[in-house]
Amino acid sequence: MIRFFIALVAGSIFGAGLAYSGMSDPARVQGFLDFFGNWDPTLAFVMGGAIIPMAIAWLVQRRIEKPFADAHFSLPGTQKLDRKLAIGAVLFGAGWGISGLCPGPGLADLAINPLPALVFVAAMLAGMLAHRVTN
Amino acid sequence: MLAAFPHAMPVEGLIGGLMIGAAAALMLLGLGRIAGVSGLAARATAIADSGAPRSIAIAFVIGLPLGAFLVSLATGGVVTRFPPSVVPMIVGGLLVGFGTRLGSGCTSGHGVCGMSRLSRRSLTATAIFMASGFATVGLMRLGGLL
Repeated sequence: MIRFFIALVAGSIFGAGLAYSGMSDPARVQGFLDFFGNWDPTLAFVMGGAIIPMAIAWLVQRRIEKPFADAHFSLPGTQKLDRKLAIGAVLFGAGWGISGLCPGPGLADLAINPLPALVFVAAMLAGMLAHRVTN
Repeated sequence: MLAAFPHAMPVEGLIGGLMIGAAAALMLLGLGRIAGVSGLAARATAIADSGAPRSIAIAFVIGLPLGAFLVSLATGGVVTRFPPSVVPMIVGGLLVGFGTRLGSGCTSGHGVCGMSRLSRRSLTATAIFMASGFATVGLMRLGGLL
């Protein structure tokens, strides 16, 4: 129950941050990627702002044995580079540029602009399902 | 320098970014997990078999629109400019879904959580998806699609 609540609060702060920073606006995100158009640097500030608390959190993480509400850390490996990582990133970046959306803003926008956001989220889940079926 | 970009929102961007990072820090230090939205979305919908417990994934995914809704209420509305056609939403959505699963993450997992951890995988993935995004939008502009 406490873990459900922590995840709900974390997701809400995350979604609030996306909306407040302008990252739930597909045109603004696409504007960041549109270097030869009317370039919008906002996304760089968002990324920089987000990395500050997370960098501190990683320093804390190394000094504690377990998270405060769970038995252990469940973290992915960081070293192995492979073809899947590279091709996946190329495809994701292309979809991000075409739509101006990545998964977080797509889900957050369900509450702000439900119809087009639902089209994106449905297509995204279909893409995830397609990956599951083919791998 | 920012005067050259009157439409930019550096202050809101920085504050919103700090909120996103704080949320990811809460997931890491509270639950011991990466706040990677693509992975959590796949887990919440049972598309992924492994990863965070489903209840945690579902709670986080519900929180995203909830938080955005609260900001919309508090600020009198959030601007979302979607393209007029659904085609970019469908094509983009399919690529984002497939690509994030194949590449094990998106802007949150690789970009925010992995880069701040100096993960070699995440630094590589972020450099590639950023380059791919810039190239895609650049080609769209060249082709008159923007």
